[in-house]
Amino acid sequence: MATEEMERLVRREYTQGFVTDIESDTVPPGLDESVIAFISHKKGEPEWMLEWRLEAYRQWLTMKTPSWAHLDYPPIDYQAISYYSAPKKPEDRPQSLDEVDPKLLETYEKLGIPLHERAALAGVAVDAVFDSVSVTTTFKEKLAEAGVIFCSISEAIRDYPELVKQYLGSVVPQGDNYFAALNSAVFTDGSFVYVPEGVTCPMELSTYFRINAANTGQFERTLIVCDKRAQVSYLEGCTAPQRDENQLHAAVVELVALEDAYIKYSTVQNWYPGDEDGKGGIYNFVTKRADCRGDRSKVSWTQVETGSAITWKYPSCMLRGKDSVGEFYSVAVTNGRQQADTGTKMIHIGENTKSTIVSKGIAAGRSDQAYRGLVKIGPRAKRARNFTQCDSLLIGDRCGAHTFPYQEIGNSTATVEHEATTSKIGEDQLFYCRQRGIAEEDAVNMIVNGFCKDVFQELPMEFAVEAEALLNVTLEGAVG
Amino acid sequence: MSEDIQPSAEQRFLERLKARDAVRGAEPTWIAARRQAAAARFEAIGFPSKRVEQWKYTDVRRIRDGEFALTDDADFSPAQAAALTLPIEAIRLTFVDGVFSPELSDLADLPDGASVEPLTQALADNHEAVGAVLGRLTGVEFSAFAALNMAFAEEGAVIRLAPGTVVEPPIVVQFLSRANEQAVMSHPRVLIQAGARSQATVLEHFVGERDAANFTNVVAEVFLERGAILTHYNLQEAPLGDALVQSLQVEQDRDSRFVSFNVDLGGALVRHDLVAELNAEGAEAQYYGLFFAQGRQHVDNHTLVNHNAPRTFSDENYKGILGDRARGVFNGKVVVKRDSQQIEGNQSNANLLLSDRAEIDAKPELEIYADDVKCAHGTTTGQLDEDAVFALRSRGIDEQTARGLLTLAFAGEVMDKVGLDAIAERVELAVAGKLPERFNLGSLVETGLLEEGASQGGVADDRND
Repeated sequence: MATEEMERLVRREYTQGFVTDIESDTVPPGLDESVIAFISHKKGEPEWMLEWRLEAYRQWLTMKTPSWAHLDYPPIDYQAISYYSAPKKPEDRPQSLDEVDPKLLETYEKLGIPLHERAALAGVAVDAVFDSVSVTTTFKEKLAEAGVIFCSISEAIRDYPELVKQYLGSVVPQGDNYFAALNSAVFTDGSFVYVPEGVTCPMELSTYFRINAANTGQFERTLIVCDKRAQVSYLEGCTAPQRDENQLHAAVVELVALEDAYIKYSTVQNWYPGDEDGKGGIYNFVTKRADCRGDRSKVSWTQVETGSAITWKYPSCMLRGKDSVGEFYSVAVTNGRQQADTGTKMIHIGENTKSTIVSKGIAAGRSDQAYRGLVKIGPRAKRARNFTQCDSLLIGDRCGAHTFPYQEIGNSTATVEHEATTSKIGEDQLFYCRQRGIAEEDAVNMIVNGFCKDVFQELPMEFAVEAEALLNVTLEGAVG
Repeated sequence: MSEDIQPSAEQRFLERLKARDAVRGAEPTWIAARRQAAAARFEAIGFPSKRVEQWKYTDVRRIRDGEFALTDDADFSPAQAAALTLPIEAIRLTFVDGVFSPELSDLADLPDGASVEPLTQALADNHEAVGAVLGRLTGVEFSAFAALNMAFAEEGAVIRLAPGTVVEPPIVVQFLSRANEQAVMSHPRVLIQAGARSQATVLEHFVGERDAANFTNVVAEVFLERGAILTHYNLQEAPLGDALVQSLQVEQDRDSRFVSFNVDLGGALVRHDLVAELNAEGAEAQYYGLFFAQGRQHVDNHTLVNHNAPRTFSDENYKGILGDRARGVFNGKVVVKRDSQQIEGNQSNANLLLSDRAEIDAKPELEIYADDVKCAHGTTTGQLDEDAVFALRSRGIDEQTARGLLTLAFAGEVMDKVGLDAIAERVELAVAGKLPERFNLGSLVETGLLEEGASQGGVADDRND
């Protein structure tokens, strides 16, 4: 392929980069106990919540940034970040889409997410997070009918303090790791879902996160609790405007599955990856963990990671209940100077627990990608079973793909398998497509999509379509 | 509190070094300088804790907190040595607790162009030739144990092959460990320089008296010039009280081939670091390993292949069998450097757990910076396939024997590649004899049942459950 053509495509501007000018109510950069008190006060939180945050903050102060990941980035100045930003006038929040700030709606239009349409047509309840405050929540009534609670975490703290108290931090404790501690101290929004016993959530729940207002890190906290025999599918999708300064994003997601519960959590992450020199992209340090507390519970993580300058993310499952199941399906695509260190942890504690890991990594340009996973079989996890497959595809000779799978097996009845391959797109495959009149780039897209099929088929339908499109855009021009 | 009063473990080792320096005769200045640098390095980094990624699963307290003296004599009963020695025709260098024993060595069959001698001899003959290569592969940033070795190193084996030399009989470097009243440590150094197109088999054999509890810390450096072929065996049958740390580093030139067989049967705490640098086109490294541990044995195998040049190849297969409360660690890493295109690297590790209290920590890693590569790794851990056990039992073989046979069959894939029958037999008998289930292997061999059992394979490591 012609080099100029390639260059042109690689240089394609981030089409979703723009800044919406909405006046923010932002605190000056910096972090101390007073900032945390400010956030807590702004959110109208009860005293115990503030205490909880401060506890996390004090632990954070004693911790060090983790350095084990295969990532290279300058140290982050946590005092240069502003920890709170919310659209003005929180009192008169829009009650329906008609009341939503037209500028915000416009933002969604630009993103190709016609909120009202999509919500109505697809039957998806959307809890849109625009910066830090939930702007609109739809389909509340329908969910309320089923008894499902779906609201922002701030509302949940106010309206369902008992549930929040019981579950918040029970999967990812405040001091779990550096970024989780930071999140626990300063989180400003996120979603809360509670599906009561025996209820199958009548629709797929979805939150679109959006980072806006320069210099503010986004610290969401998501908590999903599925009671006995309940089921829910949750979608998370992200995109962000273009800017120059690196933005820190440290989210925490906690899932709790009680007996016979099933949680499906899907993510498409397409944050700004930075320009061609790797400048300006999002730093994405996420802690996601599921606790399969009940017997026969199941949690399935599916992720498509195409954005962010740096991704540090290991959605995990603690398989505590007997016969509980954990799944992790991941496609990570890096191009330009992106770096991703991602994978999963499957901790088998209960008997007959099963886990499946399928990870597909595609590295192009000058990017670097690592799969890092842990499969731990405890001494009591009789007959535990794990299957892991992680494949990497390299496009171009300046990128890197790495695999660091850890296996700690302490039980002779366990069966654990790990397979990994690294290769490039076969010349013969390309040739086969080309001689049938398929353009090289289309052929590559086809092959790459085929490579990722195992993961895409786990995604909910619209997400799968979006993911394939995203993949094509991300890799456009990277192939020669 | 008490730490203020008692010297740290590192200090104790350094004290011993100082005492040793005082009595050691004059040496070339370069050795003294390297000794000093290594001691400084060791003092700076200390023994690795479990927080060090490379030592995450291995606790070195057994070594760190041990009291190990140094010894100067190589007395060993010839009868007992004969019983321990591998019964093969070989060129043999024997070290007793790290001290060279001329009586137990046999250098008679050496062909022209090959030189096999103790390090002290090589230094006396031409210390500059040794100094030119010694320590080249451990580098400056060497590990704590390599540093400790350099600081203490006095003896070892130097094997040199002139271009085109082919040595038929295996060269055995035997390390005997004695049941001393005071545990001792030794820091042998092995240096192998294989000239262009030369060919040889080197066997490092670790064995000793049953009640020994010594610490052996070997550093081996292997240089393969263009087209050289070296087959390296590690037969590790160290006494069950011994601690062994072995670092084997290989540098390979164009079209050279290095084949490593690493067999671990003994030792209380064993750690191997095997590193090959494939520096030029056509270089190939093959690693085959078998570790069998029971009781409270701890065996840690770290392997690394650096594909530093295009069209270099590696293949690796390690099998682990763990019973009782034994713990095994396998960490295999394949690194493909930038612009090292058309690489093939394969890595496979299978583990068999025979007990619920045994543990395996496996980590097969790939680090790849080039796109035109074919690299794959796989690892499995499981137990014996109950269907296979049943199949054997339905043919009138008692359960224990059936399990033993299947365990041997599991090891078979690696053992089949072993070119020295004496080793294969020794291993087979050791594994069979050491299996928790006792059975009479000899009679089975006679009736030809072993082959049948072995060919059935049948370990539950395939995907079908």
